[in-house]
Amino acid sequence: MGGYILKRLVSAVPVLLGISLIVFVIMAMIPGDPATAILGSYATPENVERLNRYLGLDRPLWQQYLTWLGNLLQGDLGRSFALNRPVLDEVLERFSATLILAGTAFVLCALAGIVAGVVSAARQYGLADKAITFAVILGISVPSFFLGMMLILLFAVQLRWFPVSGMYAVWGGGGPGDLLHHLAMPALALSLVATGVIARLTRGAMLEVLRQDFIRTARAKGVPERRVIWGHALRVAMVSVIPVLGIQAGFVLSGAVYVEMVFQWPGVGRMLVEAILKRDILLVQGGVVFIAACYVAFNIAVDVAQGLLDPRIRT
Amino acid sequence: MTLALQTFALARSFAVGRRLIGPPRARVHAVRPMSLQVRQGETLGVVGESGCGKSTLARMLVGLLPPSAGRIEIEGRQLDRADPAAFGRLIQYVFQDPVSSLNPRKTIRQILEAPLRHLHGLRGAALQDRTAGLLASVNLRDAFLTRYPHEFSGGQAQRIGIARALAADPRILILDEPVSALDVSVQAQVLNLLGDLKSRLGLTYVFISHDLAVVEAVSDRIAVLYFGALVESGPAERVFATPRHPYTRLLAASAPVVGRPLGGAQSGELPDPMNPPPGCAFAGRCPLATALCRQEAPVLRAIEGEQFAACHHPLAS
Amino acid sequence: MRLFLRLLLRNRLAGFGAVVLAAIVVLALVTPLLPLHPPNATNTADRFLRPLSGAHLLGTDHLGRDLLSRLLWGTRLSLAVGFAAAVTAGLAGAAIGVVAGFFGGRTDNLTMRGIDMLMAFPYILLALAIVAVLGPGLMNALIAVAVVNIPFFARNIRGVTVGIAHREFIDAARLSGLGNAGILWSEVVPNVVPVVVIAMSTTIGWMILETAGLSFLGLGSQPPQADLGSMLGEARAALITAPHTSVVPGVMILLIVMSVNLLGDGIRDALDPRLRSGALARPMAATRVARRSVPPPSGEGLLRLDGLETQFHVGSRIFRAVNGVSLALNPGECLGLIGESGSGKSVTAMSVMGLVASPPGVITAGAVRLQGRDLIGAPYEVLRGLRGSKVAYVFQDPLSTLHPLYRIGDQLAEAIRAHAPVGRAEARARALRLLHDVRIPNPGDRADAFPHELSGGMRQRVGIAMALANDPDIIIADEPTTALDVTVQAQVLALLDDLRGSRGLAILFITHDFGVVSQLCDRVAVMYAGQVVEEGPTAEVLAAPAHPYTRRLIACVPELGAGRRALAAIPGLPPAVDDLPPGCAFAPRCDRATDACQSGEVAVSGSLHKVRCHHPEGRP
Repeated sequence: MGGYILKRLVSAVPVLLGISLIVFVIMAMIPGDPATAILGSYATPENVERLNRYLGLDRPLWQQYLTWLGNLLQGDLGRSFALNRPVLDEVLERFSATLILAGTAFVLCALAGIVAGVVSAARQYGLADKAITFAVILGISVPSFFLGMMLILLFAVQLRWFPVSGMYAVWGGGGPGDLLHHLAMPALALSLVATGVIARLTRGAMLEVLRQDFIRTARAKGVPERRVIWGHALRVAMVSVIPVLGIQAGFVLSGAVYVEMVFQWPGVGRMLVEAILKRDILLVQGGVVFIAACYVAFNIAVDVAQGLLDPRIRT
Repeated sequence: MTLALQTFALARSFAVGRRLIGPPRARVHAVRPMSLQVRQGETLGVVGESGCGKSTLARMLVGLLPPSAGRIEIEGRQLDRADPAAFGRLIQYVFQDPVSSLNPRKTIRQILEAPLRHLHGLRGAALQDRTAGLLASVNLRDAFLTRYPHEFSGGQAQRIGIARALAADPRILILDEPVSALDVSVQAQVLNLLGDLKSRLGLTYVFISHDLAVVEAVSDRIAVLYFGALVESGPAERVFATPRHPYTRLLAASAPVVGRPLGGAQSGELPDPMNPPPGCAFAGRCPLATALCRQEAPVLRAIEGEQFAACHHPLAS
Repeated sequence: MRLFLRLLLRNRLAGFGAVVLAAIVVLALVTPLLPLHPPNATNTADRFLRPLSGAHLLGTDHLGRDLLSRLLWGTRLSLAVGFAAAVTAGLAGAAIGVVAGFFGGRTDNLTMRGIDMLMAFPYILLALAIVAVLGPGLMNALIAVAVVNIPFFARNIRGVTVGIAHREFIDAARLSGLGNAGILWSEVVPNVVPVVVIAMSTTIGWMILETAGLSFLGLGSQPPQADLGSMLGEARAALITAPHTSVVPGVMILLIVMSVNLLGDGIRDALDPRLRSGALARPMAATRVARRSVPPPSGEGLLRLDGLETQFHVGSRIFRAVNGVSLALNPGECLGLIGESGSGKSVTAMSVMGLVASPPGVITAGAVRLQGRDLIGAPYEVLRGLRGSKVAYVFQDPLSTLHPLYRIGDQLAEAIRAHAPVGRAEARARALRLLHDVRIPNPGDRADAFPHELSGGMRQRVGIAMALANDPDIIIADEPTTALDVTVQAQVLALLDDLRGSRGLAILFITHDFGVVSQLCDRVAVMYAGQVVEEGPTAEVLAAPAHPYTRRLIACVPELGAGRRALAAIPGLPPAVDDLPPGCAFAPRCDRATDACQSGEVAVSGSLHKVRCHHPEGRP
């Protein structure tokens, strides 16, 4: 098992390098030069050129990449010109807010989705199955930003149960109770789509597994039905559900961008959208690389979980 | 007597744990250097259990798989390596699973026309006539031409597979477990059809199977494979009646036969292909094995008359 | 195609989706012809008019523009963009996937590593990055969404292609003289197209959502042009004061995406052959029972089947797999049940403990009595208590019948603990003893192995050990050696025979091999088309078969040592069990059949050696 984990970690290195290269190339393709963007369109050509030299933009592209990569490895993502602070500081601060939101939503959708999927499969064509199937179709069809807006209208404006938007600082501010109070609606809005996807996938995987021979074996040896479903069948179904959990984590992270906009959540997604609209390239670049790296790390964790579950892939 | 098919030290190994660049982690020898002769008009039966390399051998013989070493001669001519189209006119293949070997989205007509068009360039009326003739030669009705494979039973699908192989007008057919997927009553129909076709068209067969009784019933000579190597060969009526290699004896004793008590329950299984033993691959299961067997792999040699065995201590008749 | 449409419309939800979607698409198509306000005509005096106010059916937005008109024009745009993105991503992804999957090797490896790299980004990051490069705009949002989704299609289609590329018909095409291009075009692509269509139809809703999302963020369509996403984005500022400006486009997105999803699911289900045959139904814990009456016991026996009928109900078709089977198994006896595939021998065996998959299986008549007690229709808990403790099963393919993710020691321990109130340690000790009993070397190490780490023969020994776990009276072995090599088969048969002697087990042994029957079984019953046609002591039945089918079946089988010979085949095929002929099911293939055989039930005659035939062998 240790070897398997090590292998996963090593295999992440080329992926991370590839990611950094893709991001760098994409950002290098952005039309117009950053110096003009920083200095404004009335800057003199000499000033632009001086700034370009200062930023290293006059050197060949591969040199720029290596310099950038070297800085990246030392934790230096550059400076955001619009905010005038180090990109890393800004990203870290914003990312912790996103992590609270997306993490909560992810746990919610994984638990609810799997339970709903199993129940739905175990009672195929029953009332519970029909209700869940309908809820799932509705869930995966509603855009999270629209759902968020409707939640605000219902629970914040009409019922006044939850605040309309925002969150306080993670530490201090209103404390954990206040955080939860602010978190409830955005987390719900964010998790619904993924819950639907996971529930539907779990149902399909369970139905597939329940027809297999080893389920008949379990029944033939007299294992109680509850254990057949939640033990024997679910364990094998998880083999196909877990990789999708990894993919869904990406969708939850993506959905966070919309939900952060709707609920004014001070997360990294909102930061990125604002940075793109302001053409704050270094902030976009740093943010994208950082999130992608975190996502790679998460997927390694998913792979390890998969390896723990399925001895056949631990080679 | 002319040889229809001959192999010279034909071998195939597979890479295990292939990397993006650089050599693979290990190689598994599916077929060890093997020299076979098949005479014009005979049926050579090839038997062996799973992992003995019989399917790999078959795929090399028809050019679907390039050999790692050795060569193949058909009617005295050496064939270009792994060009199925060049092989196709001389040697054809009948698959084990009749349903999986037919494209589910093509009609029987399209399936039968493909070799006629591509290997023989037939068009128009000649194509029509030949297709209908092929179907008739495997005792199927014309009406089947417009149907799709899923509409057929296993036995009918296997007849279509045979008709397709015959469409290329080959000299030799490689039959890879052609009746294993069929029920016994249908199996007999297909075996009899194959016998008819052989005498009518003057074909040569290589008949691969794990079923000793079937092989014995259809073959002139039999070759026994174990762990990628030829361990015994000889006339069909002698190989199982008076086996020379202890493995052949175990095989024959294990086959359930009506009226014979349970037998051959000898312990032991195949060696690990990733980590093969140095000497004879059967030594670990063999009651006659000596130190010599564990060190040195025996070579195939004539034991008596036409009977060959690869064994340091062959059995007496 | 007609079948496809019928299946699609039979699914009510999909039909509903189709109708809603069709309505929306028609509305979007005729939008330019409708007498609407110009969508971009501003009138700040009339801002935020509520729905149903005067000339504006759905009210107006923050610039006083007519919402209905903007909604329809926006829908038009969103539909077109979503559809275009799905088609682009689908075609590009499919092309990559087909090429990578078909050629394999380095091509595949490098392509898929690149795809994996793209998938290492949460999708929106990549979309945002692409929009950052290309600049905000609807066309750019479309490109971003399409590019981001290519990896999903490529992966999916590659998997399907790899499966197809290893099918035998590809080899057959090669031998027919086709080159790579020809095979790709005529063999692979036709089999991939349905998968691409399914993938597109199930993701098109998602694409519409994604492009709407980018527009919502202000990165898609730019003012004054509006799709549904940007309408929602602009309305957000006035969410609390004028909620209708948000609700209108939001509900429209919801309707479109939901109807697309419903329809997409319907298309997928209609194209999936497994659903058609009911093979995706979840089998229940015990076979469904629907019998009118209980037949009286017709004799003694440890296990007695009386007039058992098991059917499969698929749609309107009824497959009579088991058609009135009566059998008895005595203590310590081995009864062989022999027949060709489809003869109903396995279904008979599975019916005993209610293990026939249901749906579609239904037990419609008869009784199964264990020591005189009827098991058909017994409550689930009673059945469960007997499964594995009184009657245990050994199945055919030990790789698929053992749980792939549990260690074999745990699987054995579970079988013990399902019936005996013992602790973990005690269960494990017993499990090791069982492994020893079935002659597995090093039971202590092997107990911690997973099934895939064992050879086929070892796995089947584990299967037998599991059946022995609770010292059952009866073992039902369903072709336990069919998947094994002949030398391993001999080992397993010898083991079963020894255990029978040492434990006094009764065995019901299902097989298609007369050799195995003759070596192992005291009595044999021959099945054809769901009925037992002959039953008697093994040696007698094999030496002097009374039923023409038995005689001719034996004649078909080549026998080792008989030498080269032509085989006596039985012409024709066994009848389909959903369309059984009246009278004797074998009559159409039988050379002794007379008019009497073509109609009416054939009675069983004989007491020790029974036969179901009007003209048994040896009698005129």
